[in-house]
Parts: sequence; structure tokens; C-alpha cells
Amino acid sequence: MSRLLPLLVFAALCGLLGFGIWWNTHHETNEVPSPLLGKTAPEFTLPLLYEPQKSLSRKDLLGRPYLLNVFGSWCPTCQDEHPFLMREGKSLGVRLIGLDWKDEPEAAKRWLQQFGNPYETIVADEDGHAGIDFGVYGAPETFLVDAQGVIRYKRIGMLTPDVIATELEPQIAAVSAGAAP
Amino acid sequence: MRWLLLAMLLIAPAAFAIDPLPFKDRAEEIRFQHLARELRCLVCQNQDLADSEADLAKDLRKQVFELMRAGKSDAEIKQYLVSRYNDFVLYDPPLKPGTWLLWFAPGALVLIGAGVLANILRRRSRQIPEEPETGEDW
Repeated sequence: MSRLLPLLVFAALCGLLGFGIWWNTHHETNEVPSPLLGKTAPEFTLPLLYEPQKSLSRKDLLGRPYLLNVFGSWCPTCQDEHPFLMREGKSLGVRLIGLDWKDEPEAAKRWLQQFGNPYETIVADEDGHAGIDFGVYGAPETFLVDAQGVIRYKRIGMLTPDVIATELEPQIAAVSAGAAP
Repeated sequence: MRWLLLAMLLIAPAAFAIDPLPFKDRAEEIRFQHLARELRCLVCQNQDLADSEADLAKDLRKQVFELMRAGKSDAEIKQYLVSRYNDFVLYDPPLKPGTWLLWFAPGALVLIGAGVLANILRRRSRQIPEEPETGEDW
């Protein structure tokens, strides 16, 4: 038995390292869980991208759930995500609000003209303050906010068709069920 | 070549990302740099906020500076970031149930190792007087 002990220890170590590899390939290790989940979305009042003299605030959006998609024309992954929003954005059943983060409005408008505009409304967060309040650290990020203004789900990174079907749609269903009287 | 390398190594700790922040005096700058070293850059996650050239890190440095100017304490500034980005932004994780494993596992492993070692040594020291040296342990 004591002769087998080193072998057992070695096997246990292999098991541990193997588990580490498996874990890292199945989880996004860079992802920072948001402390804002389940909390009221932060206050913001931002100018609209297409009508900068008008503004939109957190309060204006209360009453119905919405999806806040943080993007920027400078962000390559947002460009990868864009076709999925174009295709599925309208059929999600919630308003899709764009937050143009740390971007020049003119560049954003060009970008949207080129690739299409899936958003119902877009607000411009040029200095990035609202993004920081939302705990954004890498676009694209997407927040699902319910009718009471509480953040119910957050996606860091791209919304792929797979993520939309397996994560986002069930969350939207739950939020919409909660919103209905 | 070796001297050059050594010189570069000596300079390295002094190299941090420099923004043109209008510090009013040296003390404020030192406080700022100290704080920025305790905060993690969310984009390049193995760098602190002082080191990082990431765009978001610049914004967060500016934010930290503005909060300092607004008279916030270091603890309040850290709380500001933690409430947005989680404890992960702190290089020094706080002690709480979720981080017990992180804080105590190394000590526990050392204790377990010491216990096992003591056990083996005790058994050996008991065996040696009884067993004459045969030259073949296995």
C-alpha cells in the first residue's frame, strides 16, 4: 500500500490539473461577475445619438423591460455581434436600447449607416461615465433591465445566437412574465 | 549587454502609465499612485490601474483622481469601484466567507504537510533502533 501511495498522489495531481484544464475551457476566466445583478440600474441621463438636444434617462425607461446593449464603432467584437442583433433584435420582445460607449457620435452614425441600426433608441455616452456606472469594462456588454428598473441579467461579450437562445430568451420570458399584471 | 539588462530592470519599477493629471502637490500624487497600485485594471487583468495603458484604465484613473479631488477617502473610492466592478478590482481581496478558501487554504496546506511530515518522522525514528541496517530499504 505504501508503495502505491506515490502513484496515487501522482494520479490525484493529474486529476486536479486535468480538472483545471477542463474548467478553463468551459468557463470564461476573464469574466468579472457584476455586483449590479438584482440591483436597480444606475442613474443616467444621456443625449440621444441622433437628436443630441434630447436626452434619455433611467426613469424614462421604467414601466417596460428593456435590453441595454453597450457598443462602440471602435469595437471589433461589436461588429461581429451586430448581424445577430439585426436579425433577432426585433423579435426578442423587449426594447433594444443602444449605449454608444466612449465613441464619437459621427463615427457611430457612419458605423450604423454601414451595418444597419437594430436599436429602438441610442444614447451617446461619449466620456464613458455612464458605462463606468454600469460596471462596463469590455464592449459589447448587454444588460436586461425589468419594468421596475432592476438589472436581471448581464452578458459580457458577444450575444451569439446560442447565447440568445439558451440564456437571454429564458431571462426575457421570466422578466416579461413578471411585468405582466 | 548584461549591464544594459540590469539597468532596464532597475528602471522597470519606476515605469508606470503617466497621464497629465494636474496634481496640486507631491503628496497628492503619491496618494494617487498608491491607490492606483491597489486597483486592478479590468481590461488587462494582471495589471494594476497605475500600470495599464488600456483606455478604460485611463478613464478609471481620471475617475479616481476626480473622486480624490471631491474629498473622498481611499476607502470610499475603493467602495465606488467595488460597487461597480466587484471585489475583483481590489488587488488585496477582503476577508469574508467567499474568500476564506483563498486566505486560509495555503496555511491549511502547510499545516497538513507539516502534520504528515511529523508523522513520517515519528514512525521512522521508532523503526530505526529495531531494524538493523540491511542496506536494502525496499
